[in-house]
Amino acid sequence: MQYPVKLIRLLILLLPALYLSGCNMVVMSPSGDIATQQRDLIVISTILMLIIIIPVILLTLFFAWHYRRSNTTAKYDPDWHHSLRLEVVIWSAPLAIIIALGAVTWISTHKLDPYRPLDRLDAARPVPADVKPITVQVVALDWKWLFFYPDQGIATVNELAAPVDVPINFRITSSSVMNSFYIPALAGQIYAMPGMETKLHAVINKPGEYDGFSANYSGDGFSHMRFKFHGLSKEDFDQWLANAKSRGTALNRDAYLKLEKPSEKEPVRYFASTDPGLYEAILNMCAAPGKMCMNEMMHIDMMGGGGKESADNRARLEYDNRHAKDGGTAATFPASGTAPRDDEKPTDSQPHDGSHVPNQLHN
Amino acid sequence: MSFDSDLLRFVFGRLTLEAIPYHEPILVATFIAVALGGAALFALITYYKKWGYLWHEWLTSVDHKKIGIMYIILALIMLLRGFSDAVMMRIQQAIAFNGAEGYLPPHHYDQVFTAHGVIMIFFMAMPFVTGLMNLVVPLQIGARDVSFPFLNNFSFWMTAAGAVIIMISLFVGEFARTGWLAYPPLSGADYSAGVGVDYYIWGLQVAGVGTTLSGINLIATILKMRAPGMTMMKMPVFTWTSLCTNVLIVASFPVLTATLALLSLDRYVGTNFFTNDLGGNPMMYVNLIWIWGHPEVYILILPAFGIFSEVVATFCGKRLFGYASMVYATVVITILSYIVWLHHFFTMGSGASVNSFFGITTMIISIPTGAKMFNWLFTMYRGRIRFEVPMLWTIGFMVTFVIGGMTGVLLAVPPADFVLHNSLFLIAHFHNVIIGGVVFGLMAGVVYWFPKAFGFKLDPFWGKMSFWFWLTGFYFAFMPLYVLGLMGVTRRVSQFEDPSLQIWFVIAAFGALLIGIGILSFLIQLFVSFRRRNELLDLTGDPWDGRTLEWATSSPPPDYNFAFTPVVHDHDSWWDMKKRGYERPTEGFLPIHMPKNTGAGIILGGISVVLAFAIIWYIWWLAAVSFIAMLAVAIGHTFNYKRDFYIPVEEVIETENKRTTLLAGQV
Repeated sequence: MQYPVKLIRLLILLLPALYLSGCNMVVMSPSGDIATQQRDLIVISTILMLIIIIPVILLTLFFAWHYRRSNTTAKYDPDWHHSLRLEVVIWSAPLAIIIALGAVTWISTHKLDPYRPLDRLDAARPVPADVKPITVQVVALDWKWLFFYPDQGIATVNELAAPVDVPINFRITSSSVMNSFYIPALAGQIYAMPGMETKLHAVINKPGEYDGFSANYSGDGFSHMRFKFHGLSKEDFDQWLANAKSRGTALNRDAYLKLEKPSEKEPVRYFASTDPGLYEAILNMCAAPGKMCMNEMMHIDMMGGGGKESADNRARLEYDNRHAKDGGTAATFPASGTAPRDDEKPTDSQPHDGSHVPNQLHN
Repeated sequence: MSFDSDLLRFVFGRLTLEAIPYHEPILVATFIAVALGGAALFALITYYKKWGYLWHEWLTSVDHKKIGIMYIILALIMLLRGFSDAVMMRIQQAIAFNGAEGYLPPHHYDQVFTAHGVIMIFFMAMPFVTGLMNLVVPLQIGARDVSFPFLNNFSFWMTAAGAVIIMISLFVGEFARTGWLAYPPLSGADYSAGVGVDYYIWGLQVAGVGTTLSGINLIATILKMRAPGMTMMKMPVFTWTSLCTNVLIVASFPVLTATLALLSLDRYVGTNFFTNDLGGNPMMYVNLIWIWGHPEVYILILPAFGIFSEVVATFCGKRLFGYASMVYATVVITILSYIVWLHHFFTMGSGASVNSFFGITTMIISIPTGAKMFNWLFTMYRGRIRFEVPMLWTIGFMVTFVIGGMTGVLLAVPPADFVLHNSLFLIAHFHNVIIGGVVFGLMAGVVYWFPKAFGFKLDPFWGKMSFWFWLTGFYFAFMPLYVLGLMGVTRRVSQFEDPSLQIWFVIAAFGALLIGIGILSFLIQLFVSFRRRNELLDLTGDPWDGRTLEWATSSPPPDYNFAFTPVVHDHDSWWDMKKRGYERPTEGFLPIHMPKNTGAGIILGGISVVLAFAIIWYIWWLAAVSFIAMLAVAIGHTFNYKRDFYIPVEEVIETENKRTTLLAGQV
């Protein structure tokens, strides 16, 4: 029976060792200032809590061993069940830790609010007055990422790049379901949600190639919803932009509506130019022709509503039912009468190995 | 042709032959195994002519002890199903590297992780907890049954019906591919058109009826049926935690029911509560589901805390340290559990002040929880600790749970959560508290109360095997997940690109194997103990030198639990009675008024399965017929006036005299 105890101890001892050997723990050794501060917070909080946790674990094991029945020399006091002094200690010790941790939480949550523009590049350097942040508009599609660079006029699929030590302002949305935009080396994640825009401010401090992915399950192709994020020097970034401009095609509405359809393992793609206002149209769910933008409707509502006439707008505001006119009724056609979107088979851009699993949805 | 297809559509709704997954070898094999097992069981029961016994003594029983046992059997069956899902995930994640796709395509893998979560929470942990509360609470408060015995039977069958609906999805159609909380828009009709989410909704709705009603029942029981002298502050701690848990159930399950009802309106009649367009708000669903979901985790853990409190006092041979602060801590946790839900989605863009508010309220919960931990610790202090199996689970829990608690508080710090949310670190955290807290507690409870339920103890050797394999298995299975989380690996991914991750998944899979041996050891323990029951017999009714009233009666207790309602003077009433030289009354018995068995519960549960199945597959005529049938049975039951009977005094005397002889033989 001693054997498993030893194993556990060994395992517990192993954990810090693994950490020191640096088994690629990107969260613990990030390359962007925001992620670094978040890492520091993990370390501080853990240390604060260990002040309580370690004594509790040790006392548990010690008491269990010392007051075992066979140890008749240990004091046995079956009616001892109350001690005001001890009660005060056991409530106030965790309280003290939580007060400290709560203060840390309040300050750090405000300081590291992803919506707050950066005021420093890293611990030593504030943001210089002459540095203009770079803006990236992120759209999570089924199942790939589309990045707009509005100031540079380009767009990319499944590849993101930014110059080092330049603040990046992300504007994030999604075309269909919830995803979460996450580059662990750069900064914490934030959800990408349809019809809504979230924001993230971050900066990358070291050049390099980092992983980015969706951190919220979004359906069949979710596992491969990954991209590379390149932290580049100023020159390399300019070259990357030039490359995108020279190699890329144009991203107009038609191209977008094709791109938006579910697909997996999309290769990197560049667009040298984009339709003006395309990102705003995606955000307001009106990229398809004939659709009314959500912000238009919200504006009408804000002005007091359009009255009965605005009932006609309903059809123009419907977003997801793009198969309604196909008329097909699948076996699992929803009772609501709204045709299912996932009847559309995902297209696999890589050669298909033919191991498609029969799916009762697609009969 | 069109007539035929219209007719088919009318008769079968959207159910077609395609819905039977005969082309998926894993499912076909599972189905054959289940069918053979079911047939064998059926044949055995028929051969031994046990149908009558099963029907009269168990399925229709309104006895809280038998219902409690049936809940636990249901939980154990679902544990095996949920664990199989876990093993499938572990194997897939351990092999799907370097371009290998593994053996589970996303379509199947996504159902597996959804089913694992749903089954483990709703159909393993919940029935297990409810079962133990049912079995123990009336005995602990000196009652003869719960307040509403038929409602209890009905609640059980509704829970079982929910489980059956979920199990049907394995062989007819498919299960949800949305994750266990089915966030829209993914779970809406636009993105999940199939029957999967409908199985999810109706399985939970049917089981939710049972859970809510059983919550009401147990609250009424605890508030109204305590033995004379047992004031609130003299109740056993397990009864206290049960009370708080049931308050949480009654206050939070209606939220789940309403949320799922709104989702089904979206899916069935085309409303737009949670759709992307036309004013729908998917984030509202996320808020609502977690307003239920966070109390839910305390619904599970509070009874476990109660079990540990009973076990630690009993096996330290010492009164629980700080009873009052234990009670207050429980109540504080109950209240606080309602104001922390937003910590499940800090990353959805709430403002910094909102996030810090919910982060700090979450941390505050660790104060009463910490106080509880110290109370158990100081109960051990100056105790005489017997390392029986329940005590081993308790110590395993104390060491393991604080680690899970620590990572939980870490996740409550919003900026830290931004890098850990949805990662395998989170998975490791909640398995750390659910396995290290809830499951260890339930295992401790089963071993502790088993002799009370069946009259013989469980074999300690296999109990220890089970404990040690579970404990080491847990560390092997979940410590690597903490590491992977810090390596930036997110949950619900079925294929990986980075080969350096693989070793950790392999270790985790090995951990799952150890846990599997732990579960197997537990099953062997049940089998071996049954074979050796004559050696393990508990004749006194008090095998552990217990402290609370359930140990005052025989094991197993007679149908009426107590021939005379005990009178309570102090905490740990049975300990107090033993200390004051309590003499068991041996005469003056009276006939005992008892509730009568009824088949209405199982019939209503069965009809609920048919009704849910019909709604899931749009077989509207069947839905209408079964709904009317359900009403008819329910109304019919109200005309059943033969609901109670008296146990004749001769039978009481005979039972009690037998016990007197047994006890005399002991001394």
